[in-house]
Amino acid sequence: MKFTIAVLVENKPGVLARVASLFRRRGFNIESLTVGTTEREDLSRMTIVVNGDERVLEQVTKQLNKLIEVIKVSDVSRDSVERELCLIRVNSPPEKRGEIIELTNIFRGRIVDVAKDSFIVEITGDEDKINAFIELMKVYGIKEVARTGKVAMVRGGKNGK
Amino acid sequence: MRAADAFIKALEMEGVEVIFGIPGGAILEIYDALYDSNIKHITTRHEQGATHAADGYARASGKVGVVFATSGPGATNTVTGIANAYMDSSPIVVFTGQVARSLIGNDAFQEADITGITMPITKHNYLVTDPKSLLRIVKEAFHIASTGRPGPVLVDIPKDVSQSDIEFDYPSKVELMGYKPKYEGHPMQIKKAAELIMKSERPIILAGGGVRISNAQKELTELAEAIPAFVVTTLMGKGSISEYHPLCLGFVGMHGSKYANYALSESDLVIAVGCRFSDRTTGNAALFAPNAKIIHIDIDPAEIGKNVRVDIPIVGDAKRILAQLKKYIQYKQRKEWEEKIKEWREKFPLRYRKDGFKPQFVVEKVCEFFPDAIVTTEVGQNQMWAAQFFKVKYPRQFISSGGLGTMGFGFPAAMGAKVACPDKDVIDIAGDGSFMMNIQELATCVHYEIPVKVFILNNGYLGMVRQWQQLFYRERYSATCIGCEKISYEKIARGFGAMGITVEKPSEVEDALKIVKENSDVPAVVDFRVDFDANVLPMVPPGKSLKDIIEVD
Ligand SMILES: Cc1ncc(C[n+]2csc(CCOP(=O)(O)OP(=O)(O)O)c2C)c(N)n1
Ligand SMILES: [Mg+2]
Repeated sequence: MKFTIAVLVENKPGVLARVASLFRRRGFNIESLTVGTTEREDLSRMTIVVNGDERVLEQVTKQLNKLIEVIKVSDVSRDSVERELCLIRVNSPPEKRGEIIELTNIFRGRIVDVAKDSFIVEITGDEDKINAFIELMKVYGIKEVARTGKVAMVRGGKNGK
Repeated sequence: MRAADAFIKALEMEGVEVIFGIPGGAILEIYDALYDSNIKHITTRHEQGATHAADGYARASGKVGVVFATSGPGATNTVTGIANAYMDSSPIVVFTGQVARSLIGNDAFQEADITGITMPITKHNYLVTDPKSLLRIVKEAFHIASTGRPGPVLVDIPKDVSQSDIEFDYPSKVELMGYKPKYEGHPMQIKKAAELIMKSERPIILAGGGVRISNAQKELTELAEAIPAFVVTTLMGKGSISEYHPLCLGFVGMHGSKYANYALSESDLVIAVGCRFSDRTTGNAALFAPNAKIIHIDIDPAEIGKNVRVDIPIVGDAKRILAQLKKYIQYKQRKEWEEKIKEWREKFPLRYRKDGFKPQFVVEKVCEFFPDAIVTTEVGQNQMWAAQFFKVKYPRQFISSGGLGTMGFGFPAAMGAKVACPDKDVIDIAGDGSFMMNIQELATCVHYEIPVKVFILNNGYLGMVRQWQQLFYRERYSATCIGCEKISYEKIARGFGAMGITVEKPSEVEDALKIVKENSDVPAVVDFRVDFDANVLPMVPPGKSLKDIIEVD
């Protein structure tokens, strides 16, 4: 099973290392991890996707809470908006350009760079959407993929924090 | 004011009375400032010794132990001591010198990334990058080390930070957004626990090191009497209740008595207080107390449900929770259970074969001669025999490396305990292998007149490992014989300026102990040359249930 947790931390050097060290030491498996600033300058938010069962989720949450610089840990696996951004460099021979542009539009993506025989496509969405798009692009030959990892927020006006 | 001077002043305001450490280049500025202070400094002969001494000081006194070490090798030498304090939740603060900020990351002379190294073995650590934050960090370090579930904190101070000029404004309180330990137990949970206790026909209390940390011996004993419930302890929990108390069944687990392990296994309710259900205590966790419901009282929520299933968790301070719990309890006699335990106690007492020169006999005699002494142990068979045969009366009397199992802990820890409690006899029950790991601290004991007594159960072997080889590796004694024929601990002790005695046979034991007792103000080493092949029994083999016990034949 996969869980997505949001971790509010003090924005200080070394916090990421501490969180990463904890995951390694306790043998928890990170699927993806993103860090960024928040509405407050002194706080950062990490979104971590963890592999494991309920017991693992409980231990991850409790162990993270023990870190002095961790302020709040919440499970945002359910009832949340999840987004990831992905850049794909895909082969684009002249005869296929039209198809690729069309598919990109259907997925509400954008072509952000055009070279002689390749495009860079930018696409945002949840994991499934991005996976589906990558599948489609494979036909043309993918040269490079860069994904940001997931950020998430609970729906419905309640503060996920 | 020079930051180093402000720093020492801050330590004075924290009430620090003694520091264990060794100076060096990166921490010179701080040692220079210390020169003008009334804080006592004990220069140990190894930083591992300093760290264990601070740990022993903390465990004996309940105060925070303080260590100074220089950068690089000084800092890395503290690592085992820090890991040891971390595993046993002991409050120490380690201050290390670091190379100047401009040199950090350049592989400068004596640079080691000690905050990186100690990240997984400290409760928290700091690299002071801004001189203005130094005093706030000192305040936070002591606060974090000593509150909630205590633990080691390391503060790494670059040399140019200690040389810089700062204002002295020591904060009166700390503000940590992400650190708010919870002390009060949830009232509903406490009520529910009381209901379970009242329903139980075979209750038992399992007391861990948290009882000592919380100073809850009185509350625990009163609760046990109120129910009434028998009490078993973990190794760290020894002293949670007097072992002379009729309700106390002593320690459980791998080398606990058969009756204590039976009582725990057959109970229908385990009231666990301040313990973390380590594998050494539970045996095979899946087979642990199979018919029992479990109430778990602990200040660290992460311990709840970590190793065994729990029916009623209560997060908070043991002392407060036990006192509240007792209010809901009515005395209820449980005749059948009492009879059962009485029967096990009579049928399966702790015993050993009395031929030859047995280490257990030495421990029994030590207990007879020094019943009120603080006892530290090394690690291995000596530790288990001490736990089995030294009956502890009061909390903080028994000090042992539980979680990490660090050979070489006992002697420097005894030194620290003696500094904390100068009016008490302090004894290290040692193994020959372990004592050698920090034997250099004899020099410290002699120099500062810290009259610790070391009683070596000298079997010429890494005995506990030898025992496992005998039992589980078909008597293939690979690398465990360390020999004792040619070493004279008596002469070594004398060489250091301490008292040294060799004891060859049981009939000499009492005389030796008498001499040591009469010379209470000198450090002493007694070499008890016991049988090499004694085993620690009973024993629950690793991975087995607490009822699968190998017994004395
Ligand atoms: C630092 C360290 N190294 C190795 C071990 C593994 N070990 C556990 S018990 C033991 C033997 C200890 O020998 P000794 O101090 O003579 O005690 P005895 O068991 O003989 O009483 C060893 C090597 C350890 N616990 N700690
Ligand atoms: Mg030995």
